[in-house]
Amino acid sequence: MTNEPFFSLKNPWLLGSVAIAAGLVAITAASGLIVLPYAQTAAGIGNIWDVICSAAGVPKRQSAANPVLPAFKMSDVIVTSTTLSRSDRGSVQRGATLAQQCAACHGPVGVSSTDFPNLAGQYAVVIYKELRDFKSGARVGAVMAPLAQPLSGEDMVDLAAYYASLPRLPAYHPEQQMPAPRVVVNGSPLRDIAPCGACHGSLDHKAGSPWLDGQPEAYLKAQLQDFKSGTRHNDAGQQMRNVARAMTAAEIDAAAKYYSSRPANAQTQ
Amino acid sequence: MLSSRRLILAHFWLAFALFGLALILGAWQMFVRSPLHVWISDPEWYYRSLTAHGTVMAYVFPTLVAMGFGYAITESALDRPLIGLRWAWLGFVLVVVGAVTAMVPVALGLSSVLYTFYPPLIGNPFYYIGLVLAVVGSWVWVALMAVNLHAWKRDNPGKPIPLAMFANVAGSYLWAWTAVGAAIELLLQILPVALGLKSTIDAGLARVFFSWTLHAIVYFWLMPAYIAYYTIFPRAIGGKLYSDTMARISFVLFLVVAMPIGIHHVFQDPQVGAGFKFIHSAFTALVTLPTLLTVFTVCASAEIPGRLRGGRGVVGWVAALPWGNPIMLAVALSFVMLGFGGAGGIINMSYQLDTAIHNTQWITGHFHLIFGGAIVIMYFAIAYDLWPHLTGRALASYRLMRLQLWLWFIGMIVTTFPWHYVGLLGMPRRMAYFDFANPALAPEALWSSLSVIGGFILLISGALFLAILLRGQTDRRIVPEAYRFSTALHAPLSIPAALNGYELWVALMIGLTVTNYGFPIGQLLARGDTSVPAVYVGTRQ
Repeated sequence: MTNEPFFSLKNPWLLGSVAIAAGLVAITAASGLIVLPYAQTAAGIGNIWDVICSAAGVPKRQSAANPVLPAFKMSDVIVTSTTLSRSDRGSVQRGATLAQQCAACHGPVGVSSTDFPNLAGQYAVVIYKELRDFKSGARVGAVMAPLAQPLSGEDMVDLAAYYASLPRLPAYHPEQQMPAPRVVVNGSPLRDIAPCGACHGSLDHKAGSPWLDGQPEAYLKAQLQDFKSGTRHNDAGQQMRNVARAMTAAEIDAAAKYYSSRPANAQTQ
Repeated sequence: MLSSRRLILAHFWLAFALFGLALILGAWQMFVRSPLHVWISDPEWYYRSLTAHGTVMAYVFPTLVAMGFGYAITESALDRPLIGLRWAWLGFVLVVVGAVTAMVPVALGLSSVLYTFYPPLIGNPFYYIGLVLAVVGSWVWVALMAVNLHAWKRDNPGKPIPLAMFANVAGSYLWAWTAVGAAIELLLQILPVALGLKSTIDAGLARVFFSWTLHAIVYFWLMPAYIAYYTIFPRAIGGKLYSDTMARISFVLFLVVAMPIGIHHVFQDPQVGAGFKFIHSAFTALVTLPTLLTVFTVCASAEIPGRLRGGRGVVGWVAALPWGNPIMLAVALSFVMLGFGGAGGIINMSYQLDTAIHNTQWITGHFHLIFGGAIVIMYFAIAYDLWPHLTGRALASYRLMRLQLWLWFIGMIVTTFPWHYVGLLGMPRRMAYFDFANPALAPEALWSSLSVIGGFILLISGALFLAILLRGQTDRRIVPEAYRFSTALHAPLSIPAALNGYELWVALMIGLTVTNYGFPIGQLLARGDTSVPAVYVGTRQ
């Protein structure tokens, strides 16, 4: 080995390897950031600086002028997995008082004996979001919309906390030998239908998705049909509209029937 | 005999035992989602198993093999006892504790996020903490490799570093730097969210950090295999290494070009600009260089004993090679898999061709063929070669070893070739369920079934491998000669300082990381609008 100092301009290894590396960086950067994008956008995306910025991944600000808005009111509730994940006792108690006006339809302990949805044990964030959507008009409902109008934000949080604290109807599927409907456990990947169970319980639960077990069949079916037709549109990212649009009538029936299964004495629980 | 053989054996046994368990999971996964089995109706079990399989096979198993082999190289190549034996045990314990900490939440279904993490999916914090511990354990190994080499250099001024140690330390430095990307992602991005300190995460930036680790980690897995090609194989078949210099150049090239190329893993991601994707694509093409140099040098090394044994003509020397020797067989089979896998890799690295196969089963086929095939079969070879020196007992049956290697090769081909094909048909990867009853998927059903058979062949081969090693623990006692590596045809008496140290290459590795990753990372860091809400997994109720 030589005794020359390593970091010296006389070391051909140092000079050569650094020169090759720098040359490669320069050539590939020039090709990737200037030559190729410029050749592709020669018709005129603007000046060369715009071309470089675009190739480097600097996002273009979209114009805020003349936005395209839907013909209906959109939900403005932002749901994350930590929204309303905690509640205090006071909130539950205030909610219990407020809930007396809901009992006629939703049952005295949040379990409905008719075709209104059960609220007992529902995720707080779900109840809160629906109340806000009814109030804002993002979800249309002849009965609920007027009832939601006088509620303050605090009232909605309290109601949500109260109903979330009640014991929910358990998943009840007595025909163990019968497999769950395919749409519930498999979905249909080729039609872009995620399994119902992947968000609504039985397989997994995702933030903002309601607990469906024990809900009335007619209610579930009506909601799926409304999502399918677009009458209901308070799913901000169109998650449910996209799924429901691809579902067949038989799949809607099967899913509604599966989730609506509940013990015979459920109302008295 | 090696003086740290308990340490080395502990690494190898833990690595291979975990490998055996993860192999069972892999075969089960292939079976339950194939047309041969009724769908299990719960994708969570599939993803849970997949997370465990990936975490063990990608992080724990190769890291332990590299560490154990690294200690063996340090002792035998430098011909002196390992400095820092206690520290080495500490590193091992950290890997064990980390692995257990990570796998408990996975087994409980609290972290089915797959081994590549995929934020905004967030699992149980102990999964990530366990992985960090395991990486810290492996960094203890990196430090020990550097310390041992430094001490040897001090005592042997002016001498060339033995090739095996030179390559081994290059691999450890590569690992130290490449693990930084995932470490940043885990410590600064994922763990604060997993611990509940934050509820949003910049998933795009996290993927860029992970790509920093994700490609060079493959070369870290590959290092023991390449070290075996150069320093075990020529000796094992009764030959000499054709060129010591070429070997050193290959290893330093890996150090330099393995890093600035990872963005080819996120070709379809929107958060990186097309220009940087092109730059990474071009640099990825460069990693073919050290591999092609290696194939040339190793084949040239094999030709020497081939001709000495009476082989004639252009290919006659190939037939004259000692094919009964398991190391000979392993390297040949490894090269075949490396050839197919490498050719597939060139398709993956092309910015244009990648669009045809990105996120399809082709990719799963590719990395199983390269890592599970070409590399892991060399891990087997390393174990077979080292075992008598570690146990002091004979590893007698060449016939069983050859059978095991052949089964692994056949199993891997039968598993991965159909995967490549169904990938071309458009079959996506990371899916728990395929509706094979749908006419659109029917053409994939036969090939998916076929690959399951390959999976079971691999399982048999893996079991046979463990049985051979286990039998080696109780076979007749022998006194093995000192463990030696191949000597070069022209002994490296005087080599350029650049090929006897790492300053230049580590500087280039870091420099190219900065040029190729600096802007994409800086740009995402500077923007305030790139975070999304975390999606916590395992919270089902």
